[in-house]
Amino acid sequence: MNPPKTATAETMVTGGTEELISGSEAIAHACRLADVDVITAYPIRPYDTVMQYVSQMISNGDFDCEFIVAESEHSQFEIVKHASAVGARVFVGSSGVGWFYAFEALAVTAGLRIPMVAMVGNRALDDPGAFGVEHNDALAVRDLGWMLVWVETAQEALDTALIAYRVAEDKRIFLPIAISCDGAFLTHSQAIVNVPDQATVDSFLPRYDRGDKLLHPDNPITIAPQANEDWVMEIRRQSDAAMRRTRDVITEAYEDFGDKFGREQEPFIERYMMEDAEIALVGMGTLALPVKVAVRKMRAQGQKVGFVRVRWFRPFPTEELQDVLSGVAAVGVIDRDYSFGSTFHSGVLANELRSALYPVENRPKIISFIAGLGGREVNTDNVIVIAGMVADAAAGGDMNDQDTYWIGVRE
Amino acid sequence: MSDVIEESLEDYIKTQVLEPWKGPKNVPEQEYFTSGHRTCQGCESAQIMKLMAKAAGPRTVILGSTGCMYVANTTYYSTPWVVPWMHTQLGSAGSAAVGTAAGLKVQMRKGKMAKEPINVIVFCGDGGGADMGLSAISAALQHTHYNLLILMYDNESYANTDIQVSGSSPWGANSTFSPPGKARRIMNRRWKKNMAGMMAAGHPDCKYVATVCTSAPMEAMNSVRKALSIGGPTFIHSLDPCPKGWDYDPMFSHEIGELAIETGIWPLYEIEEGKITMYGKSRRILRGQLKRKPVADYLMRQGRFAHFIDEDIEYFQGKIDEMWEKWLIPGVIPIAAPA
Repeated sequence: MNPPKTATAETMVTGGTEELISGSEAIAHACRLADVDVITAYPIRPYDTVMQYVSQMISNGDFDCEFIVAESEHSQFEIVKHASAVGARVFVGSSGVGWFYAFEALAVTAGLRIPMVAMVGNRALDDPGAFGVEHNDALAVRDLGWMLVWVETAQEALDTALIAYRVAEDKRIFLPIAISCDGAFLTHSQAIVNVPDQATVDSFLPRYDRGDKLLHPDNPITIAPQANEDWVMEIRRQSDAAMRRTRDVITEAYEDFGDKFGREQEPFIERYMMEDAEIALVGMGTLALPVKVAVRKMRAQGQKVGFVRVRWFRPFPTEELQDVLSGVAAVGVIDRDYSFGSTFHSGVLANELRSALYPVENRPKIISFIAGLGGREVNTDNVIVIAGMVADAAAGGDMNDQDTYWIGVRE
Repeated sequence: MSDVIEESLEDYIKTQVLEPWKGPKNVPEQEYFTSGHRTCQGCESAQIMKLMAKAAGPRTVILGSTGCMYVANTTYYSTPWVVPWMHTQLGSAGSAAVGTAAGLKVQMRKGKMAKEPINVIVFCGDGGGADMGLSAISAALQHTHYNLLILMYDNESYANTDIQVSGSSPWGANSTFSPPGKARRIMNRRWKKNMAGMMAAGHPDCKYVATVCTSAPMEAMNSVRKALSIGGPTFIHSLDPCPKGWDYDPMFSHEIGELAIETGIWPLYEIEEGKITMYGKSRRILRGQLKRKPVADYLMRQGRFAHFIDEDIEYFQGKIDEMWEKWLIPGVIPIAAPA
């Protein structure tokens, strides 16, 4: 079986320091190390902790950037969009309905091919009010040209933020990236993190260079005119081509990151105990924590179960998922989101996965689950129940693969 | 380190020094808003774009929020802008200016970009400014460490989308969302927002707020030059007669603007470092040297008021009289002086 590929103390070979910090603080360190130029903030839980760390770093003189507290999320995202257009490296973030308040800005940022790194502290959408995690906020932009990545640990949050700047600002790409950190479970939970030294970061991350796209009096261009039916389709096609190129650029960045920082990881998915797995669970974000514990427990009892954690949702890791799941008998997809009225009333991940596996010859049964909404805990017992249902499907039981099972819900 | 940062902040808030032009003969020929647009004949908003760009000069970045001056100006492959220009969203004028100014400034401070004062101007229409973008403009006017000018071109309707009423439309005006009908003559019962006054009164650190009209072009250009030289966040409100939305022959645009000033409907003033000066005919009206023309002279020249009856004109006249006779400062503070 595969050892987990997340960072451990043994794999850390670079300089830097070890610190007990939360996912939000880890990303604040990434901003400092990336020498971000403009950061905009607006308060909403749980993402806003990252801005509290950033503002403290600035007031302490540890970090120099323009830190602007906007009067709404819409302005927050518009300000960094324009700062990026004049060549500044930018950071921004939001959660839940705050992210939705910025929706227009999110759409045009991707449409304009403006590189930007945003943190989404995943949060349930109002109403009813809930601070807890759900993935519908970040997932809402999945069709617009945003790259989307989910991380599991504070270390992965920091590393992914550095990788994100390199990918987003690559001239072959020029698209924004949102890093999803599960509210509370990651934004507020502390772990030991290796905070790299500046020299290593500088050797990995080049300066942001807009080239002939820079808005400046020395380069008097007109950006974002009215194109209408004459040109919009060609411009959309360019965005499509850029998104297709992200696979190679992301792969390159992870390889170089592994070389420079000594933390190797497979870019698009994490395969956990999948080598001889007969059934697999699939999910994103901090859900991996209870799932991995449950998988180890079930393995100890001789059940051949594995877990696939989807890191990048855009670009969607179609090839990797086809590769890792084509041999298994049944797959259980655990969505921490919903897509009311969708095919089989499933979550977003389940339906995306069904689509990816459709052309595969040895297509596994796909059983769809929705769990952990509104920040409700998904514990190891829940995971063992889910795995039991998937095992039942694998054995030819009467599990319905054309419906969706809600786990841990009062009926 | 913090002292160093404070010091460098001061260093990077310098502006270009743009002296006022003392008459048309001193105005350079070079234009920065040229051919390539498809605005209507007689469009005074296009005129203020041209004056604004000319006044600012080549070392300028201009941003424009959605509206006529976006859609009619910048058709892909055909831009009238000689200076760098970028679109921003309808409610984002203030944010676009803040982001651009912050992005330029921080890169100069960190040595990532050559150091020079670059003008940052954003324009918005009355829909983008007085309605949707109000909160972002208000926030921008608090950022005293960025140099930016927000120019609101006010043609008193959402003119790009078929002439719909905005918060800056005149009371009673006919628009496609406020058409007079058999049961209701007056559909728009909102009095026009006092945008420049609101910006001046609400943002004590904003060093320059002015009203302009293209019918007074030299003053409009010098107002832009003054705003950019003073620096910090500044605001100019331009009233732009619009033949399509106001329904008059395009040849009368200049005259309609003149009438707006002469009837007292559009007072021309500038507020510099907290001190107000009325200028042009508005100053003569204030000093009693010029008698205000009746508002009917202005209203009845435009099809958008053709449904007005005497009672409506009287109401309108009464509101304008109130502004000049009862307001603490005409056109600025709609409150009587404390007893």
